[in-house]
Amino acid sequence: MKPTDFAYLLPELILLLAAVLVFLLDLVGPKDKPKEWLPYVALAGLGAAALGMIPGLRSSTPHMVATMLVSDPFALFFMLLAIIGVAIVILTAIPFMRSRTPFRGEFYALLLIVGLAITLAVSAANLIMIYLSMEFLSITSYILAGFLRQDRKSGEAAMKYFLYGATASAAMLYGMSLLYGATGTTDLAGIAAAFETKAQGELIWLGVPAVILLMVGFGFKASLVPFHQWAPDTYEGAPTPVTAFLSTASKAAGFAILMRVFLVAMGSMAAQWSALLIAISLVTMTIGNLTALRQTNIKRMLAYSSIAQAGYILIGAALAEGGNGASGSSATTVFTGMNGVMIYLFAYVFTNIGAFAVVTAFEQATGRTEIRDYAGLIRRSPWLAGLLFVFLISLAGIPPTGGFLGKFFIFGTAVQSQLWVVLAIAAVNSVIAAAYYLNVVRYMFFFPAEEGAGPIAVAWPLRTALLVTGTLTLLLGLDPTPLIAWATRSAQLLAWK
Amino acid sequence: MNSSLLTLIVFAPLLGSVLVLLPWGKWLNWETAREERLIKNGTTLFSLLPLIMSIMLWFGYNKAAGGFQFQVDVPWVPVLNINYHVGVDGLSVPLVFLTTFLTSLGLWYSARTIKTRVREFCFLFLLLEMGMLGVFVSLDLILFYVFWEVGLVPMYFMIGIWGQPKDRPQYSAIKFFLYTLTGSVFMLLAILGIYFWTGTFDIIEAAQLQPFAGNFLLSSLAFWAFFIAFAIKVPSWPFHTWLPDAHTAAPTAGSVILAGVMLKLGAYGILRICLPIFPGTFKAYALVVVALGVISIIYGALVSLAQWDLKRLIAYSSVSHMGYVLLGVGAAAFAVGTKSLVDASTMALNGAALQMFNHGISTGALFFLVGVIYERAHVRDLKMFGGLSNKLPYYYGLFMVAAFTSLGLPGLAGFWGELFVFRGAFNIVQIWAAIGIIGVILTAAYILWKIVQFTFLGQYDPNRISHWTNIDTGAEEHEPRDVSFFEKVTLWPLVAFMVLFGIYPTPILSFFNTAFFSLMSGFAGK
Repeated sequence: MKPTDFAYLLPELILLLAAVLVFLLDLVGPKDKPKEWLPYVALAGLGAAALGMIPGLRSSTPHMVATMLVSDPFALFFMLLAIIGVAIVILTAIPFMRSRTPFRGEFYALLLIVGLAITLAVSAANLIMIYLSMEFLSITSYILAGFLRQDRKSGEAAMKYFLYGATASAAMLYGMSLLYGATGTTDLAGIAAAFETKAQGELIWLGVPAVILLMVGFGFKASLVPFHQWAPDTYEGAPTPVTAFLSTASKAAGFAILMRVFLVAMGSMAAQWSALLIAISLVTMTIGNLTALRQTNIKRMLAYSSIAQAGYILIGAALAEGGNGASGSSATTVFTGMNGVMIYLFAYVFTNIGAFAVVTAFEQATGRTEIRDYAGLIRRSPWLAGLLFVFLISLAGIPPTGGFLGKFFIFGTAVQSQLWVVLAIAAVNSVIAAAYYLNVVRYMFFFPAEEGAGPIAVAWPLRTALLVTGTLTLLLGLDPTPLIAWATRSAQLLAWK
Repeated sequence: MNSSLLTLIVFAPLLGSVLVLLPWGKWLNWETAREERLIKNGTTLFSLLPLIMSIMLWFGYNKAAGGFQFQVDVPWVPVLNINYHVGVDGLSVPLVFLTTFLTSLGLWYSARTIKTRVREFCFLFLLLEMGMLGVFVSLDLILFYVFWEVGLVPMYFMIGIWGQPKDRPQYSAIKFFLYTLTGSVFMLLAILGIYFWTGTFDIIEAAQLQPFAGNFLLSSLAFWAFFIAFAIKVPSWPFHTWLPDAHTAAPTAGSVILAGVMLKLGAYGILRICLPIFPGTFKAYALVVVALGVISIIYGALVSLAQWDLKRLIAYSSVSHMGYVLLGVGAAAFAVGTKSLVDASTMALNGAALQMFNHGISTGALFFLVGVIYERAHVRDLKMFGGLSNKLPYYYGLFMVAAFTSLGLPGLAGFWGELFVFRGAFNIVQIWAAIGIIGVILTAAYILWKIVQFTFLGQYDPNRISHWTNIDTGAEEHEPRDVSFFEKVTLWPLVAFMVLFGIYPTPILSFFNTAFFSLMSGFAGK
C-alpha cells in the first residue's frame, strides 16, 4: 500500500475518527447533564468525510486502494449518497431520540459507523472485504434497530432482523466460497478473468448456484422478495429514524454491492443473472405493492412500498450489462440500466427519508403511526401534509418530482430493451402503488381531524431535514440535468468491461 | 412579448396560486372572513389575467399564415433532448381561450358558493388551470406528459374535498385518478418508445419522422397506448365509468371544468398526437375508433335517458357528445391519404373540434345551471321537480338555450359541430354515420322528455320540496327564487357564445380549418 493511497481513504478514516470522537465525548463531563450538541459533532464529521472525498473525485481514473478497496466514481456516488442520507437521518433523529432514550451519544456514533460500513461496502472489490463490510453494516444495523431497549417492538425488530440477516449472510458466504473454489481467487477482477479464460459453459454449473446464493445476501440487504419478510416487522418496530436509514441508505448499499459483484465478477454470466433479476424484480414489486395495499400502519405501508420500489430499481440493475438499443442514437448512452439504478436510488433516498421524517415528526408529537391517525392533517399542520403529499406522489412516480425521474429512466431502459411484458407488469404496478399512497393523502386531506387535535410541533432539526428532502424531491423533477450528468459520469467501475 | 405570451398564459395561474397561499390575513391583520373574501375576489380578478392574454392570443394568431405560432423552444434537459417547446396552432388557440374563460367563470361562481376551505379551493383551481393550459400549448411530449399529470392532482382533490358526502366523493376521486393514471403510464411508455425510435420528444419532429414506420406491431402498440390514455379522458365507451361518478361528486365549478375542458384534453391528445404521429396506424384502426365513437353516442344517450339524477344525466350526455368527436376523428383517420376525401375529412375534423368547443360551452352552462337549482333545492332528483317554468321563468329561459344547444338545434352553437361531423363522416363511413344519427334523436328525447318535461313543465307542487334556500341570504324559504345577479353574470357570457357561434360560427371555424386542412392535405400529398 502506497502512502498516497491514504488520500483515497480519507472519507473512511474521517468517519472512523468522528465516531470514536462522539463515543469519547459522550463519556467525558458530568453524567446527568445531557450533551445535546453531540449530534452536531456527528454532522460535522459527516461533512468532513464528504470533503474527504475530494481527492477521489478529482482523480480521473479509478484507483485500487490497498488491494481490497477501490476508489472509482461508482463507489464515490454511493458514498456521497450514504453520507448525505445518514446526515439527514441524524437531523430527523435529534428530537425523536431526545424524548426516548438517555443513551443518545452511542446512537449518533453508531449512525456514523453504519455510514463507515456503507462507504467500505460500496468500495469493496474483494469477496472477503465485501463479506466483512456487509456483516459490519448488518451488525451495526441490528443494534440500531433494537436501540430502544425498553420498547418491546424495537427488540422484536432487532431480533427478526438479526435472525434473517444471519441466515442470509451464511448463504451468501457459501456462494462466495463456491466462487473461490471455482476460480481460486476472491478478487472480483480475478474471478472475472478466471470465468473468461475457461471455456464457455465450463464453470456455469458452479456459477449459477453461486449467483443464486449471493442473491440471498444482496436480496436481504435490498429487501427483495423472497428475502423481505424481516422488513415490515423491523421497519415497524425500529426507531423511525433507523427505519428511514434501513429503507434508504442501507438498501442503496445493497444495490451497489450487487451491481459491482455481478457486473465486475460475473459479467460473463450476464444472461443468467439478468434473467434472475428480472424475475425477482417482477415478483418483488407485485408482492410489495399488493401487500402494501392492505396496510393500516404507515410504517408498515412504507416498508412494503420500499420493497416494491426495490423491484423497480432491480429492472435497472438487470439491464445494467448493456441493452440492445433499438437505435444507435445518443439516447443509448444516457438511458442505461446503470443510470437508471443510480438516478432512481438518489431520488428515492431523499423522497423516502423525507416521508419518514414526516412520520417521525407525527409520531414524536402524537405517538401514533396508524394511517387513520393522519386524518385532517391538512388542517392541523398544512406544511407537514403538503410535504408528505409531495413525497408520496414522488414515490408514486408522478411528475414533477424526483420519483418520476427515476421511473422515467427505469422504464426508458426497459423500453429500449423492448421488454414489453416486464413493462406492462411494472406499469400496472405503479398504478396499484398510487392507490395506497393516495390512501394516506385521502386521510390527510379529506377527513376531518379528531376533536381537539392541534397543530403538530416540529423541532428545528426536523424542519431542516424536511426542507432539504422536500426541496431536493421537487428540484430533481424540475431540473434533473445535474443529477443525470453526475450519474452518467459515475457509471465507471474499476475492472468493469 | 410575442414569444413569451404562451409562457405568461401558462404560468400566470401558478403565480396566482402561490399568491393565494400567502398569509394575507396575518399581514393585513384582517379576520378570517374578510381574508377569505379577499382571496376569493383576488383569485377571480387574477384569473382575468390569463383570460385577457388568451384573447390577445386569439386576435394575435395569424390565421392566414397558419401553422404553429408564438413558439418558444429552449432546452430543458439537453442531455435527453427534452425541450421547453410551446406553440399554438388553429386547434389550440380556441381551446386555450375556452380554458381561461371557463376558469374565470368557475371562480366567479365558486367565490359565491364555496363556503369551506376557500384558500385551498382557489389554490387548486389555479393549479388546475395551469395544467390544462400547459397541455394545450406543449409541443414536447415530456412537457405534455408533465402538464397532463399536473392537471390530474388538483381535480382529484377538488372532487374529494368539496364533493357532496352522499355522492361518495372519495371513491369518485380515487377512481378518477386511477383511471387516468393507468392511461397515462402506458402513454409514458409510448412516449419513450417514440424517443428511442426517433431520438426526439418533439411532437412536430416526431410527426415528420413517423416513428415505427414499417414495424406495424410496435406502431400499433404505441398507437393504442396513446389512444387508450386519451380515450379514458374523453371518455369513450368502455372507459367511461369514472365519469358519471366524478362529475356527480365534483362541486359545480369542478364539474364545469371537468366536462368543459378536461374531457377536451383527451380529444385534443388524439388530434395532436395520435393523428399526426401515427396516421398510417390510425387509418388501419380507424373503423374501431369510429365504432367506439358511435357506441359512445348511442350508449351515452340511452343511459342518459335512464337517469333520474339531473347531474348524472348531464354527465352521461357528455359521453354521448364526445362520441361525436371520436366519430369525426375516426372518419377523418379512415380517409388519411385519400386525395378525393381531403375535403370531407377536413370537414369531419372541423366538426369534431367545433363539437369540442361547443360542448365545453354548453355542458359548462348546463353544469352551472344544475348548480343553480341544487344550491336552492339541495336535491337533483328529477321526480322532485316539475312546474318550475312558472316559478323560475328566467332560469327556464337560460336552461332552454343551453339544453337546445346541447341537442343541436339549428341557430345555436351545438348544431354546427354535429352537422359537420355527420356531413364529413357520411362521405367516408356512411353506415356508421347513419347509425350515429340515431344519437341525435335520443339526445332530443332525453333533453325534452327528461329534463324539460320533468323539471319545468307540469304543475308545480309545493309539497315536494318545502324548503328552498335563498341563494343571496342563505335563509330557508317556501318558494324558490329566480336566478340571482351573480348567476346571471356567470351564465350570460355562455349563452351569448351559444347564440353568437350558432348564428355565425366562422370566427372559430376558420381557426380549426387552417389547422386541419393543411394536416389532411399533407397526408394526401404524400
